[in-house]
Amino acid sequence: MRILIKNGHVIDVASGLDKICDVMIKDGIISDVCEKIDVKNVEVIDAKGKYVLPGLVDMHCHLRDPGFEYKEDIESGTKSAALGGFTSIACMPNTNPIIDNEAIVKYVINKSKNDGVVNVYPIGAISKGQKGEELSEIGDLKFAGAIAISDDGKPVPGASLMKKALVYASMFDMTVISHCEDMDLADEGVMNEGYQSTVLGLKGIPAAAEEMMVARELILAEYTKTRVHIAHVSTKLSVELIRNAKKRGVNVTCETCPHYFTLTEDACEGFNTLAKVNPPLRTKSDVEAIIKGLKDGTIDAIATDHAPHHADEKNVEFNNAANGMVGFETAFSLAVTYLLKPKHLTIQQITEKMCVNPSKILGINKGTLDIGKDADVIIVDLDEKRVVDVEKFASKGKNSPFDKFKLTGTVDATIVGGNIVVREKILM
Amino acid sequence: MFLKSKDLLGLRDLSAEEIEYILETAKTMKYILMTKNKKAPHLQGKSVITLFYENSTRTRLSFELAAKYLSANAANISANGSSIAKGETLIDTGKTIDMMGSDIIILRHPMSGAPKLLAENVSASVINAGDGMNEHPTQALLDIFTIVEKKGSMKGLKIAIIGDIFHSRVARSNIWGMLKLGAEVCVAGPSTLMPPYLENMGVKVFNSVQEALIDADVVMGLRIQLERQKKGLFPSIREYSKLFGLDEKRLLLAKADAIVLHPGPVNRGIEISTEVIDGNKSLINEQVTNGVAIRMALLYLLTRRDNNENID
Repeated sequence: MRILIKNGHVIDVASGLDKICDVMIKDGIISDVCEKIDVKNVEVIDAKGKYVLPGLVDMHCHLRDPGFEYKEDIESGTKSAALGGFTSIACMPNTNPIIDNEAIVKYVINKSKNDGVVNVYPIGAISKGQKGEELSEIGDLKFAGAIAISDDGKPVPGASLMKKALVYASMFDMTVISHCEDMDLADEGVMNEGYQSTVLGLKGIPAAAEEMMVARELILAEYTKTRVHIAHVSTKLSVELIRNAKKRGVNVTCETCPHYFTLTEDACEGFNTLAKVNPPLRTKSDVEAIIKGLKDGTIDAIATDHAPHHADEKNVEFNNAANGMVGFETAFSLAVTYLLKPKHLTIQQITEKMCVNPSKILGINKGTLDIGKDADVIIVDLDEKRVVDVEKFASKGKNSPFDKFKLTGTVDATIVGGNIVVREKILM
Repeated sequence: MFLKSKDLLGLRDLSAEEIEYILETAKTMKYILMTKNKKAPHLQGKSVITLFYENSTRTRLSFELAAKYLSANAANISANGSSIAKGETLIDTGKTIDMMGSDIIILRHPMSGAPKLLAENVSASVINAGDGMNEHPTQALLDIFTIVEKKGSMKGLKIAIIGDIFHSRVARSNIWGMLKLGAEVCVAGPSTLMPPYLENMGVKVFNSVQEALIDADVVMGLRIQLERQKKGLFPSIREYSKLFGLDEKRLLLAKADAIVLHPGPVNRGIEISTEVIDGNKSLINEQVTNGVAIRMALLYLLTRRDNNENID
């Protein structure tokens, strides 16, 4: 199939492209990008007044498949991703069974080929069963197709095991993604420790629980001369620690999520379980520091941490509620509304954080519209307004604290490997 | 006047006028309570259910008696010995009780926010009888009632609350209520048992019990849960008692006519000395009686609200 995207404003950071032109797609590959391409017998998509970007790359999501298909599965999860403009997603291994061996990696890859509508890259577990005791067979995971390792959902409790993971994974140049949380200090907390936790009478997780482990990972990466990636950065001091480490030349990258540059602990008011997430929503000064970190490049990537849950897992006591929120179908609009429109970031920078950098960190050949590359392309409207309606999500999870939010920025079309998956905001 | 909400979840949600209205109603109820026949028809035909996920002596009994003195049908459910032990969710248990025609469900639960969750899912009125570390509004109302009965008004009083503020729903409810009625609230306790940003609630925070007690009109001791020591929140019961225990000598720092309250149950000789508990400043027994009056008032006001829905 040949597709011609006409008259869109094309942004490609890799090639420096930033102008109105046409994009030609042939056999799943970008075959030409220039002004006024005129070819007959092609599927034409008019992108006049819109932006054409590389497909978004989410380096942190939960597809819940295998094991928790009642929350999400590869089909519903990838459809949700496509509607949100994501053409490549990396899914975390806290499934059941856990992605800590070759067979489960292959299961995810094969099922994604059959049922998925976007590219899925499984992330393997750092430790067997994510128990934090011994390394999983990281070599096997790598050769089966896992692109990174993480015990996400939990930290690696011991510094010694984390050191071994960093050193061992470096043999394969595999990205190690750390969920930073000192469990001893977090001490069964369920929201940010602060004024709101005091008022609500809920146990708090101090910012220091994250920051202490960020510091540990930075020191370990520096000491072992390896590379580390810090997941879902949420606090001011975490940003500061990473900024300093980068200045020292530590090989560290990090991500944040839309909820950490938009919401504060106040969202938990009234025991709102939709705002329960780990790391927890912090304070205004943390949100400001996250935005500053995005602006100055300390924070490399924006990931969703898409974490679908069944309604029954949220419609319970706050203490018993599951952590996390769905993110695919709001991430881009939140970035436009809270980063682009207030002029914190340019559309080029958003493209870097949501396409280019995550691809680089994961070592996948994505995030660009260069000729000859896979035709993963999205068409977005940066000015169109929308009202979030969770009932319309393709994800099985409706657990979003952004329901009914009025946002700007929409995804019109998503093309994955030359196939139109979403057109006029509708799944094909 | 009517209470605005169908439920009583916490004093944080009530206005000063609503609190005063409840106190006023409780005065009448106390009168009924003091008569020989202790029976009034206010709740005839109404059903009141206590649903307790935690142990309780005084709160539960006081609600049950309050309901019975007002001629309601009262029944009890405990976590053990019901389907809760089989893993039924709070919402499902609540709906079951609701569908049997209950007008008021009184919930005690170890998790903060549970009464709100229940209230959103049942048509009955929900009264919070203590949820996690969040609120225990009926306890605070009976404390305030006891104080006002003795002192005439809350306005301008200096209240000292001593002990484990972090884990105390009684302290939180009292802080909201007392501040709304114009009192000054000082708290003291081990710094490891003080929640962060407490002063943002509008109270003065001290680490020395002496400072908090100076010129206090009212001294409230809180129960120190002995298991907190095992979690390492303070070094020993002995040291706690030495640093924060309320005894007659320390009470000399308070005003000469100061009164002493404690929500019970008391650890005699630990957070408060036997001499103080049984001494002439102590209103601990009055608190218990007033607790029944306050709960009668609330049961009446919440069911009355229901009757007058159309003209409200």
